[in-house]
Amino acid sequence: MTDISVGLDPRATLLHVDDLHVEFRTRDGVAKAVNGASFYLNPGETLAILGESGCGKSVTAQAVMGILDSPPGHVTGGRVLYRGVDLLQLAEKDRRQFRANRIAMIFQDALSALNPVYTVGFQLAELFRKHRGMSRAAAKVKAIELLDQVRIPAAKERINDYPHQFSGGMRQRVMIAMALALDPEVLIADEPTTALDVTVQAQIMGLLAELQHQRNMGLILITHDMGVVADVADRISVMYAGKIVEEAPVYDIYARPAHPYTKALLESIPRLDHKGRELNVIRGLPPSLTDIPQGCAFHPRCGYARDICRMDQEPPAYQIAAHRIARCHFIREVLGV
Amino acid sequence: MSDTKSRSLSSDAWHDLRRNKIFWIASVLVVVVLLMAAWPSLFTSADPRDCVLSRKHAGATGGAIFGYDFQGCDVYAKTVYGARYSIVVGVFATLISGVIGLGFGLAAGFFGGWLDAVLSRFIDVMLGIPLLLGAIVLAKRLSADPASNGVFAVTVTLGLLGWTTAARVMRSSVIAAKNQDYVAAARMLGAGNSRLLFRHILPNSMASFIVVLTILLGINIASEATLSFLGIGLKGDAISWGIAISDATGYVRVAAGPLIWPSLFLAATVLAFIMLGDAVRDAFDPKLR
Repeated sequence: MTDISVGLDPRATLLHVDDLHVEFRTRDGVAKAVNGASFYLNPGETLAILGESGCGKSVTAQAVMGILDSPPGHVTGGRVLYRGVDLLQLAEKDRRQFRANRIAMIFQDALSALNPVYTVGFQLAELFRKHRGMSRAAAKVKAIELLDQVRIPAAKERINDYPHQFSGGMRQRVMIAMALALDPEVLIADEPTTALDVTVQAQIMGLLAELQHQRNMGLILITHDMGVVADVADRISVMYAGKIVEEAPVYDIYARPAHPYTKALLESIPRLDHKGRELNVIRGLPPSLTDIPQGCAFHPRCGYARDICRMDQEPPAYQIAAHRIARCHFIREVLGV
Repeated sequence: MSDTKSRSLSSDAWHDLRRNKIFWIASVLVVVVLLMAAWPSLFTSADPRDCVLSRKHAGATGGAIFGYDFQGCDVYAKTVYGARYSIVVGVFATLISGVIGLGFGLAAGFFGGWLDAVLSRFIDVMLGIPLLLGAIVLAKRLSADPASNGVFAVTVTLGLLGWTTAARVMRSSVIAAKNQDYVAAARMLGAGNSRLLFRHILPNSMASFIVVLTILLGINIASEATLSFLGIGLKGDAISWGIAISDATGYVRVAAGPLIWPSLFLAATVLAFIMLGDAVRDAFDPKLR
């Protein structure tokens, strides 16, 4: 095993994704799924990446993990810096060492993400045996310990159960245990609660927050659910057509969104005090990734759009405050200043 | 649920199999047939080659409980001795087909792209070769030595011609398994290609492959009979169920016994292997537990 700490700079940002481009080359043309996404993550911090279905959230996560299906997916540009080391430049063999050890990921549907033919205990223990060279017995003890940590009752017995014998919430806990087994510093959670019902969602989010706090881990939460985000995230990156259109601390974004898309998203949340009124919706559909509009990708659906938005040049990232950027020509109007 | 001993898929499967009646019936049948193939003298003291024409189509007497065939040979003794070549040809031809089919299916399904295109077209070409024509050419080449009894030639011929369906089934199961989230999850957890393939994809795509192989075993035993009947299979004084069946078909209206008994043994053997394959497949499927 190569030593993966070589070249790592402990002072550098934990994870810095810079101008990431991903495209899918299909028979129907090239789908540009991610078009220059940039964000960063500090230890102990929770960054939420928010966006509609098909905006490139999951593809970004897969590209960061290096588990993009290729072909058809190709990373065509940008950098993924883990403590200063560009993961995209590493050979597959070296890159593999970063997975699970440094960066791990939780999938949306835990049932399909666990191998149906092995018991949960076997799958967990295998990680310790393979990556840490533990004996069978020691690995089993660690596996039980881990299941205890994610609050699976009677972990000692349940370790012998197969994934399909767990309920949805318990299964997601197992998935979390697998991801955390090798103490990663970055955890990417791709819609971790979408497949669960609301009460279980809250438990899982609580568990994630607690584990993150204990381990001082950086958490990237990918979701389309603004309710989930508000409670746990420190910062929010809003993604549209494969690009981060706004990035801000969580309170700022809820109080005063700077991008028309963010504003529209917030306005579309059903509110109790608007009972009986029609729900606000964002008109139109997200653009087809094979045919992203020129200029600002959001302009066909945007109420603020003027001629400048339709020009070739996309709006640059305007710095609003220390940790706030937005890609819109009319930030002032949107903010109402 | 109280036992906290480590359970693995194979120990769980064995636990299930032990209580499965079908498994035991099939196993007993398979063991009996294998014993018959290995030591036929355990089952009969008669010599299958001791044929007297005057006993042609005579009824059952003494040791010859199944009567005599058109050459006056003991049908029971011939059936017992016939197990050996039928089993050897059937099992080994199926093993050859299984290994080739597994290799082609795994490689084509897992790596995809141009390799898949090349392998799949090759499978199509192989599938286009009619069994009999292909077998005539292959078996003739392989059994150039006139002294050989043709077992090697028939086994290899059937093995080389019969793997296509197994490969196709394997390829499609691998493609289905490859796109499952648990494979992506395993990659996320740092697994390399060989680990993905053998730990995660292979165990999840074996079920239909095993079924295809058990069916293929029956087909191979029957195909050996066809080839032998056409004179390109087993030669000389070789005894097999296939030969016995094809010999007896001409006399079925005079004496049905010489046709029925080896056919029954053949059917029971194939059934036993199919039942065994089914039971094992079910035991290895955790969702049925």
